[in-house]
Amino acid sequence: MNVDAQNMDSLYQEIILDHYKNPHGAGLRDPFEAEVHHVNPTCGDEITLRVHLDDGAVADVSYDAQGCSISQASASVLNDLLVGKGIDDALDVLDQFQTLMQGKGQVEPDEDVLEDGIAFAGVAQFPARVKCALLSWMAFKDAVLQADPQEGTS
Amino acid sequence: MTTVEGATYDVTQVREDFPILSRRLAGDLPLVYLDSANTSQKPEAVIDALEQHYQLHNANVARAMHQLGAEASEAFEDARTRIAEFIGAPLREEVVFTKNASEALNLVARVLGDAAPESSYGVAAGDEIVITEMEHHSNIVPWQLLAERSGAVLRWFGVTDEGRLDLSNLDSLITERTKVVSLAWVSNMLGTINPLDGVIKRAHEVGALVVVDGSQAVPQLPVDVAALGADFVAFTGHKMVGPTGIGVLWGRYDLLAELPPFLGGGEMIETVTMERSTYARPPARFEAGTPPIAQAVGLAAAADYLAALGMDKVAAHEQEITAYALGALQEIDGLTVVGPKEAVDRGGAISFTLDGVHPHDVAQLLDSRGVAVRAGHHCAKPAHLRFGVQSTTRASFYLYTTTDEIDALVEALHYTKNYFG
Repeated sequence: MNVDAQNMDSLYQEIILDHYKNPHGAGLRDPFEAEVHHVNPTCGDEITLRVHLDDGAVADVSYDAQGCSISQASASVLNDLLVGKGIDDALDVLDQFQTLMQGKGQVEPDEDVLEDGIAFAGVAQFPARVKCALLSWMAFKDAVLQADPQEGTS
Repeated sequence: MTTVEGATYDVTQVREDFPILSRRLAGDLPLVYLDSANTSQKPEAVIDALEQHYQLHNANVARAMHQLGAEASEAFEDARTRIAEFIGAPLREEVVFTKNASEALNLVARVLGDAAPESSYGVAAGDEIVITEMEHHSNIVPWQLLAERSGAVLRWFGVTDEGRLDLSNLDSLITERTKVVSLAWVSNMLGTINPLDGVIKRAHEVGALVVVDGSQAVPQLPVDVAALGADFVAFTGHKMVGPTGIGVLWGRYDLLAELPPFLGGGEMIETVTMERSTYARPPARFEAGTPPIAQAVGLAAAADYLAALGMDKVAAHEQEITAYALGALQEIDGLTVVGPKEAVDRGGAISFTLDGVHPHDVAQLLDSRGVAVRAGHHCAKPAHLRFGVQSTTRASFYLYTTTDEIDALVEALHYTKNYFG
């Protein structure tokens, strides 16, 4: 893995920096069925995340996050992608995002599904940063399972 | 070491002893290693000592009745003697080998709890344990665990805005109820060198033991444990140009002799029956199982290397490079040093924040320029909380750090600012 200056632009895609500077859907809102708090113990990044599920769909994902550009931008993209989707569809997107992140740069992302999320393809080549990108997504998964325990069995 | 005067050594020449420092990284950039508070690099003398041991003398110690066993045992015990000399221990039997400083601190916390109620040193319900807000997690968690097990109360010194230990309540915090005081000599996050003398004096006045976490001090300051007057000093090998996998607990012999064992196993016993066992004298009592033999040999070589260079000179270099770095870093707009801002009673770890750029992103960008630093909470979350920050970037220096490397750090920080600007 080459981590020199040229590759910084593949890690810090313009889309990621935009989301970092102007995060979408940030802040904690009511109503919600579950609230979770996740931390990355190695670096101390934290997120408090709430989900509001309504009629089988993700009605809202609100969050308060402290962390690096990658973790902040990732939470913003999550909000964009998952709010309004059916719960099952949202979990499918999560699955694809997770596969992309853990694919060591070998997974070709599907832009139709992941939209701005494909900007994180470069992050997958930086093992130390994969957890940053996944923090909010793992929190979301946890919150959905708490709000709707049946999702875990489907 | 308010000020350290005197000649230092030729850093360029010293760097040639460290093979890794000539490495080129991605993009053919020279390595600028500014993460020595995390772990130091190793000179050829240490690498050779490890290799020689494995190639020529490898055997288990104190149990093998053959020539190699005798050689390995001699090398291991000789290492103990050399470490004792290096830290000014009155007796070589006061040097207990552990796997790292964390284990050394856990050892003390565990046996002080187990010593109650037979020993007057034992920590029991109602007793108090005093630590500080600037400790590494390894000098917080073992005491929290002891407090939970024993019912003792954990108390701590605060930290001033400047990043110094707040000793204004020394007499009300350390009282007749205090059984043990444990604190860092040099903070791994703030860089502060703590004035131990007053704390030790007060603790001994009330009959409390003093444990010093010397993880950041033993690598960079001349240490004489007898003169220091503490009861225990813990440190680790890998931060003082030695190998990983070995740490040291120095303890006053009479105290070690009174305390119960830590881990049970081979070599820590006197005799064993199916009903009960009796225990060996220190240091063996605290060294259950096959110890880190090659690592002890490597650590002795590290101590020899530092002694040959001169710890007064190592300290003077650290002081000089820290002063240079504090000056250069604080000229960067938006950069805030968390910890003492002048090189007075200060070690060579500088933690800082850069407005608008998260420490992870700073470290990533610096890495892309070949500059290795640490980002995060540096295992000192309470100290970060004290200063209202979740994480910082930390540059830390050692005997091989040059002013050119500080310049490279500053240049890379400007690049980082522009990148995120």
